[in-house]
Amino acid sequence: MDNNQTNNIPKELLVPMKPKEDTSEKISAPSRTFLQNARRAFLKNKLALFSVVALVIIIIMSAIGPSMNEYGQDEQDLTRAKMPARVPVLENISWLGFNGTLSDTFEGQTVEQATNNAYARYDNQEDFIEIEVLNGSEGSAEVKATYNIYDAKDMEDQYFWLGTDTLGRDQWTRLWLGTRVSLLIAFIAAFISLAIGVAYGGIAGFYGGKVDNVMMRILEVLVGIPNLVIILLMMLFLKPGITSIVIALTITGWTGMARIVRGEILKLKSQEYVLAARTLGQSNWKVITKHLLPNISGIIIINTMFNIPDAIFFEAFLSFIGLGITPPDASLGTLINNGFDNLLLYPYMLWFPAILISLIMIAFNLIGDGLRDAFDPKMHK
Amino acid sequence: MVRYIGKRVGYMLITLFIIATFSFFLMKMLPGSPLNAEDKLSEEQRAIVLEKYGLNDPVPVQYVNYISGLVQGDLGISFAFSNTPVTDILMDRVGPSAQLGAQALVLGTILGVILGLVAAISHNGFLDYTSTIIAVLGTSIPNFVFAGILQYVFASELEWFPVALWGSFEHSILPTIALMIFPMATAARFVRTEMVEVLGSNFITTARAKGVSEPGIVFKHGLRNALIPLVTVIGPLAVSLMTGSMVIEEIFAIPGIGEQFVNSVMVNDYPTIMGTTLMFAFLFILIILITDLLYGLIDPRIRISGGDR
Repeated sequence: MDNNQTNNIPKELLVPMKPKEDTSEKISAPSRTFLQNARRAFLKNKLALFSVVALVIIIIMSAIGPSMNEYGQDEQDLTRAKMPARVPVLENISWLGFNGTLSDTFEGQTVEQATNNAYARYDNQEDFIEIEVLNGSEGSAEVKATYNIYDAKDMEDQYFWLGTDTLGRDQWTRLWLGTRVSLLIAFIAAFISLAIGVAYGGIAGFYGGKVDNVMMRILEVLVGIPNLVIILLMMLFLKPGITSIVIALTITGWTGMARIVRGEILKLKSQEYVLAARTLGQSNWKVITKHLLPNISGIIIINTMFNIPDAIFFEAFLSFIGLGITPPDASLGTLINNGFDNLLLYPYMLWFPAILISLIMIAFNLIGDGLRDAFDPKMHK
Repeated sequence: MVRYIGKRVGYMLITLFIIATFSFFLMKMLPGSPLNAEDKLSEEQRAIVLEKYGLNDPVPVQYVNYISGLVQGDLGISFAFSNTPVTDILMDRVGPSAQLGAQALVLGTILGVILGLVAAISHNGFLDYTSTIIAVLGTSIPNFVFAGILQYVFASELEWFPVALWGSFEHSILPTIALMIFPMATAARFVRTEMVEVLGSNFITTARAKGVSEPGIVFKHGLRNALIPLVTVIGPLAVSLMTGSMVIEEIFAIPGIGEQFVNSVMVNDYPTIMGTTLMFAFLFILIILITDLLYGLIDPRIRISGGDR
């Protein structure tokens, strides 16, 4: 019966199926190279992009900032020492702290006594001090005094954007010059470390065997010496200054890079494309520079991005404990050190360099994180 | 394991020897001598003093004496404090530094583990982002900036804590917080990454399928495995605390080793600087050694492969 029915279907209904194009092997997404993928991933990372912009602005400011006003780096003038920050336009918004006044609360037995304390603190310039009574009760009076120092010193037409330090030098100029020095040291130190580290690690990894063994034993001993100890000893021995800080930082800075590069080269050199290059008669030098280094460039870049903030921190640390940049030159570390000396009375001397160094460190760390994610194939979608 | 310990201790001794040799010859090359600090001495007195300190001997003999002195814990005589051995100066100041460092390390690690744990549990949630932001700020902002903020806000403006100096427990609160932020942030980041990875692994799914309670999974199965690698970070963290302590002690005027170092730098007191540096070096290396060995004990894989780090 069944057989009969199938036979009953008219012939013309049986149309041969049209072969569809085979789509299972088709690549639907556009094909991108690894670097294109990395760039896409990085551009999607808003925080990292924002950090790049912030850092570029800071670098530009460190180049042009010092020449934006008429004050020089070492123009000392004690008559204008310890002036608070004052910026045109912004001075009208009182809570920003750019209005060029010093203010504090003073206590005393009576209101009068507290007021006198305030006058004594602010050069006895009674005409330029505004007193606001916070607590008038007997025994624990409290007044808030605001000292208009620019008027008192007859400098109404002058604007020190970030104030002046204890020697009357303009903080704006010194801040950007200090940033320039700090960034310069960090960049130079990081790039020298990069060059030495890549060369050392590359040679050890590529040649392997005895060369690798000897080089790695030396490295192991060097890594065992804490970098703080070497840096401190070098700073004692060398004359303080930019060059010696760079030397001290690079002496220890390259070891991490060397280890990473060696490990990667060791992994990559047994790959087929290296064998192919050799079979075709490429020299060792060509194999290293054309085939191996481009493939580990991601790791090298990430490592350098984390080395730079380390160098900035160590420079600031050395300058802070008195082994770094010497006056009259400034760096972020020396500015912060000066700021601490005056923290309780003139806190603005600490805040500006402290905020700037924090911004720089955060920016570099975020960029480093972003690059690490961007170069990680697992993150590419 | 014995072979592994032997190898590590061997490297430690070599490293210490190199540092000691390096610092000795550096000291010979530096200007100044103990006698510069003294007032006018006659030739005879000079000769007597030189003889007393062994400065007339040829350099190799001095070197041998120096090294054997080091082995016995003799770090030389300070230039700045007349006739006081460096060892005594440092011993007087070990207490505050040790207390500060221990408080910061213990508190920082515990808080960091909690922070990382919370972040990992609420993966990609609000708490995760909050703790990630804290971690990024904590690892980026230098500790002296934190110290400045704390000192200004809590000591100078609010007057909750003493501004500086050392004495009661209250004095140690602000410096401990300033010092512990970096280890806290580092531990938080580390624990979060590890914990997210562990919580995604197969044995956690198995535990869930068997009906283990959520706290049981997080603490018994998750945290235990995530904490093992943390041991490797604690060593470098303790080392970074010593760098930090120099600055923090100077800022809060704490009579510790770090503050002594900074003051010695100011007055060019080379023997004290060298002695402190050597002591730092010894502590650094000892801490790294201990954490390496501890890691070998906890994680059997390290022991078997002979510690390929």
